Amino acid sequence: MPETIIERGSRSGAESGSGPRTGTGAPAAAAQAAATPGTAPETAFEAKIAADERIEPRDWMPDAYRATLVRQIAQHAHSEIIGMQPEANWLTRAPSLRRKAILLAKVQDEAGHGLYLYSAAETLGTGRDELLDKLHAGRQKYSSIFNYPTLTWADVGAIGWLVDGAAIINQVPLCRCSYGPYARAMVRICKEESFHQRQGYELLHTLAHGTPEQHAMAQDAIDRWWWPSLMMFGPPDDESAHSAQSMAWKIKRHSNDELRQRFVDICVPQAEILGLTLPDPDLKWNEDRGQHDFGAIDWSEFKEVLRGNGPCNEQRIGRRRQAHEDGAWVRDAAAAYAAKRALGAAGPGEAAA
Amino acid sequence: MSAAPDPATADLATAGALALGDDALVLSHRLAEWTGHAPVLEEDVALANIALDLLGQARTLLSLVGDEDELAFLREERAFRNVQLVEQPNGDFAHTIARQLYFSVYQELLYGQLAAGGEAAPLAPLAAKAVKEVAYHRDHAEQWTLRLGDGTETSHARMRAGLDGLWRYTGELFRPVEGLAVDWAALEAAWLETVGGVLERATLTLPEGPRATGWSAGAGRAGVHTEPFGRMLAEMQHLHRSHPGASW
Repeated sequence: MPETIIERGSRSGAESGSGPRTGTGAPAAAAQAAATPGTAPETAFEAKIAADERIEPRDWMPDAYRATLVRQIAQHAHSEIIGMQPEANWLTRAPSLRRKAILLAKVQDEAGHGLYLYSAAETLGTGRDELLDKLHAGRQKYSSIFNYPTLTWADVGAIGWLVDGAAIINQVPLCRCSYGPYARAMVRICKEESFHQRQGYELLHTLAHGTPEQHAMAQDAIDRWWWPSLMMFGPPDDESAHSAQSMAWKIKRHSNDELRQRFVDICVPQAEILGLTLPDPDLKWNEDRGQHDFGAIDWSEFKEVLRGNGPCNEQRIGRRRQAHEDGAWVRDAAAAYAAKRALGAAGPGEAAA
Repeated sequence: MSAAPDPATADLATAGALALGDDALVLSHRLAEWTGHAPVLEEDVALANIALDLLGQARTLLSLVGDEDELAFLREERAFRNVQLVEQPNGDFAHTIARQLYFSVYQELLYGQLAAGGEAAPLAPLAAKAVKEVAYHRDHAEQWTLRLGDGTETSHARMRAGLDGLWRYTGELFRPVEGLAVDWAALEAAWLETVGGVLERATLTLPEGPRATGWSAGAGRAGVHTEPFGRMLAEMQHLHRSHPGASW
């Protein structure tokens, strides 16, 4: 569900842990060794980018291109699996069986998105275990939006409408990303995200048109989720360090501010239909620009949450780490079983208990 | 959602649908509790998927009885007709898999009989659809039982403990349910054979010990549950009950 490209500006150089791993693909590694600027592999890469063709796993690519993709895809994958937590928080309390089924399917989709994305990262030579270790060690990030708590049932709707809505705006251009496996994974992910967004909107619409208590619950959720959702597009363009190179490589297609503006313009009429108020007194239509003006974003909050001081940072990563540790014996058992089968000769199930 | 129960149709098949619907509803809830912290990401997908299948079955079955949400969210603990097995807390992954093995083998055999049987016609179409889903659930439980039983010493011991701990709740599965045209003796024999066969391949054996004590044999079907179930319902029903009459 989440976006992938927050945090660029504030983290330049902070990702040394997710460096390139070219050793696993023999053709790529051989090409890498031979490549210096201006030589054939680099020229071929640049030509493909220029022609809007896809870069595939076995193609030569610059180390920094690979590193950028691994960092971005890993962060996206981590966001999917961490993002399961705030919604799973309401799975056991969903107020109708229909809503429960929708939410369960959604959280399951997120686990599935995590799987596609870890697989996409693997095509770049970095496996899931390594990426999870980095997540658990705090060396790779996930979308900061999931460091906010889901306090009421309406938050499930707000996440669908606003958080998934912002994610879609970030992610639809990624379907045209220059790296093939990532672009293809995003096509499927975006289709599912758009269901989630509509479901969230419909949930909020029901609440907003329900009892006064339900309406208040919906408004409160929007009040809390609006600004963090705007921050999902990342820092303002003039502070976004990675953006220029990512745009040149066609990993990224639009600037942070451009996408943020698009999101605001889409949300304003939708909020009117909901009968809910976006919590920004400066929000108004600007006839000259043909866009909405909106208030200043509190970037100090964004930076604090990014730094680990959000309401749920410790809880989210602690829970993830705990699940991983609790599951170690299960993964060990599966590996041991597979190893016994690989040995083969003994035949299935014959070992002594 | 269907109308409130009509006394004329609140017949024996309805009692059967309520029992099976509650089984599916409660187990679905327990499995959903795993979401987001399964031992491996594939299991987050698998357990949620099984929970979703069961929730779908529950909704179909409960709708034969009355309003699905009234039945799920407004009944008291003593009115639920699920077996005690499905309400048992998840425990560790082995405990969950043991519960899945016991229940999915039962459910597959039971739905198989219902799908084939003419007398239980009201439930036959549902059973025919559900039995296909449940075959996957059984396969999932079986595959994990093999891995945990024949994996490491730790996993073997944990699987053993899960099977043993839940054994006392399995007797209830074969107590006849009013309104279901099922050969219960044949069902139990087939269940013992199937579960026993899986356990043997997993280097495990069927537990020994009683499984028909007064507190676990037929008690859930009669509305007598275990302590953790009340807490589960409190969590599940709280929001719905906090807003009487609201639509969601």
